[in-house]
Amino acid sequence: MREEMLIPKIGVVTDIRIDTPDVKTFRVVGLDGKKVFEHMPGQCAMLSIPGVGEGMFSITSSPTNTEFMEFSIKKCGCLTSWLHMMEVGQQVTIRGPYGKNFPVETELKGKNLLFIAGGIGLAPLRSVINYCRDKHENYGSLHIVYGSRSADDLVDYQEILNEWMTDENVHVDLTIDRPQEGWDGHVGFIPSYVEELKPDLDRTVLICGPPIMIKFTLEGLKKLGFQESQVYTTMELRMKCGIGKCGRCNIGDKYVCKDGPVFRFDELSELPNEY
Amino acid sequence: MKKIAYSNLDVCFAAIAKTKTLYLPMADGVDEKRGAKYTKWTPEVTYTADAVNTVRSAKDFFFPQVERMTNFKVDGKKIEIEDIRKECEDFVVFGVRACDAASFDILDSVYLAEPIDSYYQNRREHGVVVTMACTKPSETCFCSVFGIDAARPAGDVTCWRDGDLVLLQANTEKGEALLLELPMLEDTAENAADKVIASIETMLEKLPLKDLSTDAFGGDKLMKLFDSEKWADLSEACLGCGTCTFVCPTCQCYDIRDYDTGHGVQRFRCWDSCMYWEFTKTAGGQPRPTQLERFRQRFMHKLVYYPANNDGKFGCVGCGRCMKSCPISMNIVKVMKTLEEEHE
Repeated sequence: MREEMLIPKIGVVTDIRIDTPDVKTFRVVGLDGKKVFEHMPGQCAMLSIPGVGEGMFSITSSPTNTEFMEFSIKKCGCLTSWLHMMEVGQQVTIRGPYGKNFPVETELKGKNLLFIAGGIGLAPLRSVINYCRDKHENYGSLHIVYGSRSADDLVDYQEILNEWMTDENVHVDLTIDRPQEGWDGHVGFIPSYVEELKPDLDRTVLICGPPIMIKFTLEGLKKLGFQESQVYTTMELRMKCGIGKCGRCNIGDKYVCKDGPVFRFDELSELPNEY
Repeated sequence: MKKIAYSNLDVCFAAIAKTKTLYLPMADGVDEKRGAKYTKWTPEVTYTADAVNTVRSAKDFFFPQVERMTNFKVDGKKIEIEDIRKECEDFVVFGVRACDAASFDILDSVYLAEPIDSYYQNRREHGVVVTMACTKPSETCFCSVFGIDAARPAGDVTCWRDGDLVLLQANTEKGEALLLELPMLEDTAENAADKVIASIETMLEKLPLKDLSTDAFGGDKLMKLFDSEKWADLSEACLGCGTCTFVCPTCQCYDIRDYDTGHGVQRFRCWDSCMYWEFTKTAGGQPRPTQLERFRQRFMHKLVYYPANNDGKFGCVGCGRCMKSCPISMNIVKVMKTLEEEHE
């Protein structure tokens, strides 16, 4: 019988990092200790605990990491609660990679990039950020604007402090929604912060976060003079198959799992606003 | 072309059933109004060529309502995956209508597109479809609107009922192989079916829905139709019961679920419906919050989204099942007529 995409492989959780009160990052390898499959930044994988459920998660590690894959997962439902209860050594099932990646080898090459992320929205962008850092000769400078509810909710905070902020090619601006003791950085929502920062108009923008943040940030970017055709995002809808057959993630004539999850805003504006 | 006496069909069926499982439509109980259902042939079963179309479509044969996909053994932190796929046994579906035969092409375009769905492909490769030209179309039939010829249905073998005779014509290698296994069939003239085809065509000409227009639909009219104000009225009474999706031969959306038996986990897939609110519900929100969006999705998919991805071909075969089964008498014909008015 031919290979079946819907039959998963086994993954082993080899490390669990507690990022925030409700986000953990899981390191996953195959039974042989190697990566289960290769991917490109922005692509996703189906993770499952048999008997609980299966869900689509973006692969947050960069493809340049040759040892393992990482998934940053927010606890917000049944499956994610189970995933959060896992201990090191737990096996899960994994299949993928699914979807279109950010065009790191085509449109993004040679460009100055602006990353805008809100909360767990950093997860898919982290893959691109680290890919571009590892292949910095192919890209211009990276400007990262990242915000979350509080300082405790910043995902990958240690990596941001120790690696991104010390990278001369990267500039990071952080913000949190409300003032907090011990935080001397910016306070305020991402859309208005981006408008305040007035990022260079020549940057190609990659944005991911809650829909409401994306909506207002995009409006702000357009006000600043950015074109829809220079802004990319990645979407999340309910999925079961991951290969454009189960029908769930259908928006207009597109399927988020195979035609996305990465879309450019000028493509999205031609589709029904059902996401 | 081959022929056999209608009264002799059972000999034919017995010969097929020797090597393959044979399914055919038979009346469901004593009440003819309940329609027919596909049943496994045994010598006691009587084929009812005269019955109106089956209540359920023939998609079950290739895309069953529930299907086991994989088994898992879970032991502490360890998981074992068991691939339970087996080569499907050969089977024949006899008496499929033109509409259902056409629906297989639509299912193929989804499930046989890369990456191929091996579960579906397995059944498709082992199934032989024998169609029967419609001697008794319903008033709810409108397959001709989508270019389907009920007088010349597709399938591996096409049959015509001509009085006391049944005429058979193989269309594919699979069909020819099946007919070769049936020595009781006699040769007849290649044009033997012309007369019955002509009489079916006359009958089809009289169907009330034959002039339904598709001009207002297609992939190029996406946003205009999506934004139509008519959806609110059309969807207002929809109960969201999903019956239309379940009887529909082209609805192919599915859910994947796990069942913990206590001794292991079975992963299965089953039919699902975009008419249900859980269909798109996520922890983060609901992109189709009311029945309006869900109702619109189903019809937009068949009349606009599917054609956009399939060279203008529509995702409906005009079988009329949704017209018969909807508890509030809403259906694709009403939707098409209402949106068509706006188009004019």
